[in-house]
Amino acid sequence: MSTIYIPTPLRRLTNKQSRVQVEAATVREALQALDEAFPGIGERLLDANGEVKRFINVFVNDDNIHTLQGLDTPLNPNDKISIVPAMAGGTVKA
Amino acid sequence: MTRITRDQLLARLRQEIPETTPWEVADWLRDGKEITLIDIREHEEWVQGHVPGARHVSRGFLELQIEMVQPDREAPIVLYCAGGVRSLLAAHNLQELGYTNVYSMAGGFSAWINAGFEFEEPRFLTPAQRERYARHLIMPDIGEAGQIKLLDSKVLLIGAGGLGSPAALYLAAAGVGTLGIVDFDRVDRTNLQRQILHSESEIGELKVESAIRRLHDLNSDIEIKGHPVALSSENALDILREYDIVLNGSDNFPTRYLVNDACHMLGIPLVDASIFMFEGQVTVYQPANPAKGIEGGPCYRCLYPDPPPPGEVPSCAEAGVFGVLPGIIGAIQAVEAIKLIVGIGEPLVGRLLMYDALDQSFRTLNVQRDPNCPLCGDNPTVTELIDYEQFCGLPPRS
Ligand SMILES: [Zn+2]
Repeated sequence: MSTIYIPTPLRRLTNKQSRVQVEAATVREALQALDEAFPGIGERLLDANGEVKRFINVFVNDDNIHTLQGLDTPLNPNDKISIVPAMAGGTVKA
Repeated sequence: MTRITRDQLLARLRQEIPETTPWEVADWLRDGKEITLIDIREHEEWVQGHVPGARHVSRGFLELQIEMVQPDREAPIVLYCAGGVRSLLAAHNLQELGYTNVYSMAGGFSAWINAGFEFEEPRFLTPAQRERYARHLIMPDIGEAGQIKLLDSKVLLIGAGGLGSPAALYLAAAGVGTLGIVDFDRVDRTNLQRQILHSESEIGELKVESAIRRLHDLNSDIEIKGHPVALSSENALDILREYDIVLNGSDNFPTRYLVNDACHMLGIPLVDASIFMFEGQVTVYQPANPAKGIEGGPCYRCLYPDPPPPGEVPSCAEAGVFGVLPGIIGAIQAVEAIKLIVGIGEPLVGRLLMYDALDQSFRTLNVQRDPNCPLCGDNPTVTELIDYEQFCGLPPRS
């Protein structure tokens, strides 16, 4: 099982869960499994071409999948997948 | 034990300790030879002038601190004092610690001056500053040199809000000599849940005014400049270029891309942070600077090439923010700024620190420069500031 860390803005789609366990061989399969468990989350992460949206980064353990094999990056048991979206908040208007 | 006189001891040490001359040391320094040059005189002597490039370690602390200055027992070390006697004794002490390549500069600083070589009259701290920053001065990693760097530094905060408040307070307390604050907003009652620069009595005031009052009250020794304007492509370069480091605490995507691009174009390190509900991100975007030996790292656009479409990511005003969260994240920004100024530790360059207050976890993710980045990549297409509202799909700012 791999663990997906859900960023705060998407937790309303995962019943507030910050971590979701999935069984998957690649990052793509992991995100598919996540979308099956929580329908609708997939379209928040992937664009129409099935690529990760450009204001979101996906990491396997400590590394961006851009530097690995993208969505085809293979997963080992106990890998941690982090979804990191751009956040604007600093709570000031500048 | 045989009893010998002072002169006999010195004569013996002159046999044992290799001596060098001011001319030879000047040659070594000019040729860039890697020597550790240490001034072992007392603090009062050092502040009146010293050899450029020398480090100061009083003789009384030499054995205690030498390993922090130069741990390598084979490295060439040159000691000097005022006239060349104390440095002989000190060199002997270092030899006893196993240093094999220690020289004493014959004639000391007097000979250096008499030979007509340049010397530095260092900035030194006033007695009031020595007292105020005593807990920094006692740490070898900061010390007097580091504190002077802080006092000489200029840091700009984008926003005197949740992140800017704790960052500004700690930077002012640390003695950052010039603090600039960009914020056109006024203090609102809903700010007080987290923006600890401001108080109830200041509701309705410009945040920069409230901030300047609080920060001057904390440290009257520093200069604080308010920029009560909306940062834009027209004014950003002129405002930012006056500063050494920028801390970003803005609440919207157009300003984030604007500050990122402007910092990159000016070669200024950007300590970036953002917060949302219980979660925060911090990283340092450090432009490459080969002249200073700075390799640099990724920029905001490497990480997030495009902004989210408007409405796709809720704002803090819509979703809320845990009041203590910016306290933690803003304080981490202050840590990174101070590390960059003093030149200590490992900055968060190429690393994204993620903090979650609910499960109380810190994680560090690796981020790389993108060779295809339109700003810092190999073939940049963004070479001047653009219309950031349009870039983010927003209507133009009125
Ligand atoms: Zn970049």
